[in-house]
Amino acid sequence: MNRVVVVGASAAGLAAVETLRREGFDGTVTLVGDEPHPPYDRPPLSKQLLSGEWSPGRLALRPTSDLDALDLDLRLGVAATGLDVPDRTVRLADGSAVPYDGLIVATGVRPRRLPGEGAHVLRTLDDAMTLRDRLEPGLRLVVVGAGFLGAEAAAVARRLGAEVTLLEPAPVPLAHAVGEEVGRVLSRAHLDHGVNLRTGVTVTAVTEDGVRLADGEQVDADEVLVAIGSLPHTEWLADSGLAVGDGLICDEYCEAARNVYAAGDVARWYNPLFGTSMRIEHRTNAAEQGMAAARNLLHPEARKPFAPVPYFWSDQYDMKVQAYGYLRGHDEVAVVDGDLQARRFVAAYRTGDRLTGALAVGMPPKAIRTWRQAIAAGASWREAVRQETPATAADTKEVVHD
Amino acid sequence: MRVELDEPKCVASGQCVMASPDVFDQRDEDGVAILLEEEPGEELLDDVREAVAICPAAAIRLVEE
Repeated sequence: MNRVVVVGASAAGLAAVETLRREGFDGTVTLVGDEPHPPYDRPPLSKQLLSGEWSPGRLALRPTSDLDALDLDLRLGVAATGLDVPDRTVRLADGSAVPYDGLIVATGVRPRRLPGEGAHVLRTLDDAMTLRDRLEPGLRLVVVGAGFLGAEAAAVARRLGAEVTLLEPAPVPLAHAVGEEVGRVLSRAHLDHGVNLRTGVTVTAVTEDGVRLADGEQVDADEVLVAIGSLPHTEWLADSGLAVGDGLICDEYCEAARNVYAAGDVARWYNPLFGTSMRIEHRTNAAEQGMAAARNLLHPEARKPFAPVPYFWSDQYDMKVQAYGYLRGHDEVAVVDGDLQARRFVAAYRTGDRLTGALAVGMPPKAIRTWRQAIAAGASWREAVRQETPATAADTKEVVHD
Repeated sequence: MRVELDEPKCVASGQCVMASPDVFDQRDEDGVAILLEEEPGEELLDDVREAVAICPAAAIRLVEE
């Protein structure tokens, strides 16, 4: 193998190219990114960058000298537009074609949008800078979508004195991700901080003066942020013959086709630890999967299945939410430590007879690390929760019926 | 080899502690990383490199002199 091309120059792509070099690959490494910026970190976009605490330079994932030391063929500000698998060539928007022996696809996701013009989204540095320039005391901001991104942006905007209305189609924000009880407790923080949270409302369009709801109501705003999830960046693979379906579909090694791997938000792979295919939009997964894909590409004789315990965190107001595992599609939630109402707790998640997830707010790190270990070990619900559950926890159990 | 921790950047994920428990720990009150060993020995190099790579805040840097 002489030439490796990594498409996508964010956390996953960077982890991949760094791993290639760390593992001793001394051939040509091309790193393609559609944004003009050198690799930067996205989680602070809805936190310290939006609040103005940090300048954009603070988001650089590596100092220039570290990037230079990787000796990359760096193609920034140019998107990949096509892939020819038999010919082993990536086509770029500037008309050039880059041949490869090995390819890692790390093109990430882009925000879903609503009909109508003029709304903000929050995915790139430029998105965040544009919104940040508008935030000021008294500004009427409508945030569409009370998921983690919308919640973080709402929290920052409130802190800066904006009047924030948060619109969410589900009856309980984040219920699909963390369960109804936990979702309700987390969303109460918005009310405590003076956000006008409206649930069960569907926004159909962005208008000149705000947004329009499904029932025809107009909600006025000076600025609108749409945070309703994202779509994997796979259009450029449409004619490649690779299997695409909510992400680039890969096996447990993160391989999509011979010597073609995927990593990060765009990758849908089979995670053997949970026995299911998943696509994870978490910062930690981007780095871990970028590393795993690069290792498997370089060492075909010693490939390892990629079987991580996913992890994410979210900072909202004074809360830090941390979660391990795969919470989606869980059958039961039980508070196993602390106090839900005090927003200081650990909740455990059951899927089938397995412990599949744990979510903590305001708990010491060791309290949640134990749960991570149990998830990684594939612990059964009975052994994990029986040992850890205080006798009263039965009162706070929530069984999901659907 | 010297390890640098940019503490204000730390997001308290604890990834470094799992990758390199001899070099990193976390504060009990907020989970922010603690550097136990500023100049770890060669035998810990691989673990520290792993910690640098998986830190979700790019808060750790390895300076090799």
